[in-house]
Amino acid sequence: MKKRTKLLSMALSTVLVMGSLAGCSSQKSAEGGKKIGIVLSTLNNPFFVSMKEGAEKKAKELGYEVVVLDSQNDATKERSNVEDLVQQGIAVLIINPTDSDAVASSIAVANENKIKVITVDRKANGGEVVCHVASDNIKGGEMAAEFILEKLNGKGNIVELQGIPGASATRDRGKGFHNIVDKKDGVKVVASQAADFDRQKGLTVTENIIQATPAFDAIFAHNDEMALGAIKAIKTANKKVIVVGFDGNDDAKAAVASGELAATIAQKPDLMGAVAVENAVKVAKGETVEKEIPVELQLIKK
Amino acid sequence: MKNNLKNVVLKYKSLIGLLILCMVISFITPRFLTIPNFKNVFTQVSVNAVIAIGMTFVILTGGIDLSVGSILAVSGAAAAIIIKSTGNVVLAIIVALAIGCVIGLINGLLISKGRIQAFIVTLATMTIFRGVTYVYTNGTPISGLGQSFSAIGNKMILGLPIPVVFLVIVFVIAIYVLSQTRYGRYVYALGGNEDSARLSGINTDKIKTLVYVISGAAAALSGIIVTSRIGSASPNAGVGFELDAIAAVVVGGTSLSGGEGSVVGTIIGALIIGVLNNGLNLINVSPFYQAIVKGLVILLAVMVKKKNK
Repeated sequence: MKKRTKLLSMALSTVLVMGSLAGCSSQKSAEGGKKIGIVLSTLNNPFFVSMKEGAEKKAKELGYEVVVLDSQNDATKERSNVEDLVQQGIAVLIINPTDSDAVASSIAVANENKIKVITVDRKANGGEVVCHVASDNIKGGEMAAEFILEKLNGKGNIVELQGIPGASATRDRGKGFHNIVDKKDGVKVVASQAADFDRQKGLTVTENIIQATPAFDAIFAHNDEMALGAIKAIKTANKKVIVVGFDGNDDAKAAVASGELAATIAQKPDLMGAVAVENAVKVAKGETVEKEIPVELQLIKK
Repeated sequence: MKNNLKNVVLKYKSLIGLLILCMVISFITPRFLTIPNFKNVFTQVSVNAVIAIGMTFVILTGGIDLSVGSILAVSGAAAAIIIKSTGNVVLAIIVALAIGCVIGLINGLLISKGRIQAFIVTLATMTIFRGVTYVYTNGTPISGLGQSFSAIGNKMILGLPIPVVFLVIVFVIAIYVLSQTRYGRYVYALGGNEDSARLSGINTDKIKTLVYVISGAAAALSGIIVTSRIGSASPNAGVGFELDAIAAVVVGGTSLSGGEGSVVGTIIGALIIGVLNNGLNLINVSPFYQAIVKGLVILLAVMVKKKNK
């Protein structure tokens, strides 16, 4: 029985290896085309749909053809999408990974076929990537701080609700915020506490801070979920506080419209798509590109 | 009799720990010892304490329930969906509690009749029901649940926040069941020695299954409180809550190997963890150090208990 399975698996793997070799040789011919492949983690999310639209528009402008495939948040589907695109003879691959670790094998497929890879939004922990396009979180933190300073007329106490300690979004958003606030004399950050990007923790941590330092005028939360939790705490305590979130998710946009949330810093997925295509075209022409390309953000207020 | 006395001393040990912690924090910040802050701490603690009381039943039998955080998320999301579609708050609460009981029953049957270890069963159901929550919330929070539902988490009865009222009710029922009923004595007997419990004619499978149902119902109740408090059901709600609940039970002096412990201890354990979280926020300790302090306190509490033995 055991012997038979061994034989079977050997036969199978031989077939597989031959198949993949055949795949390699057949695609080599189609190079230097004006085709860019885009693999997105999901199209079941408005964020990525506008990323797709931004990319398509830009490609049309530059006279390139794009092929967009949807990985449906599935790393296996992602890999077969990449394989399909490689077969189609794309010049450059733009990929928005479903998972930073799992994407490495998909990128390896492109690398083996000498196709340059650009990642968008989520990074890849492996494989060779020529550049990474993502929102400029430091700039976003600075924008939030500037908005708060403007609202406070440059004077007042601010509370900072941090994300998960050590996460890159926490570091960058906090850094940008402190870049602006720390050098301003009239303002003081009276509390900096982590609420782990979570709405419930945003609520409890704000409740605690209200007990500790009742006199504060503004809250900067590293994401919208925490900002929305903070609003609940402030409402219960009957306080008037300027709250600024980050991400621009639907609940946050609704809260901005109703006046509960002063502002949120929104990412611009369409611009991310366009920037990725712009750089893909450069790569296709053999030009060098920056390793990290930050994309600007947008302040949404009433 | 002697055992009872020992239990009382044990209870006092954690109570003394809680009082010392309160003293240290109020020494550092005058903001701690105020009535509004105590209302605040008790409201925050009620979420973890309700889960931890359910967990105490499970741990008393020598089991463990890792699925509570996922049960909280599933039932919270179910309540939110029902309110969004029908506006019926009572129905939402009943369905949420029923879901908690059913998942608890699945856990319990797999553990008692299926003879699979509790750790493995609940690890699996924790993963499965987190996935279920992702599927039917489509990964996004469900919000806009209206005023009457939000009252549960945010309004007061007789000067007490409603989550605290829930906690008191659950606490009183749990104490009654564990100390005054035959079922309660069987729970201890099962944790003390399962074989001799079975040989003495106790239906151990039934007792065992039921503790997971209790734990599931408690987690679902917590899910209702959390969802109402933040006015939205998040697919990530309750991630890591099982560890907070287990910590509360253990800090409160209940033995992980079963057979000894009490819900009074669990409440004190939950308060120690809650007061610590609140105090660290009040003092504005850096989040990097907070994790170290919390870990050390858990370790200290368990070490004190060991020495006492």
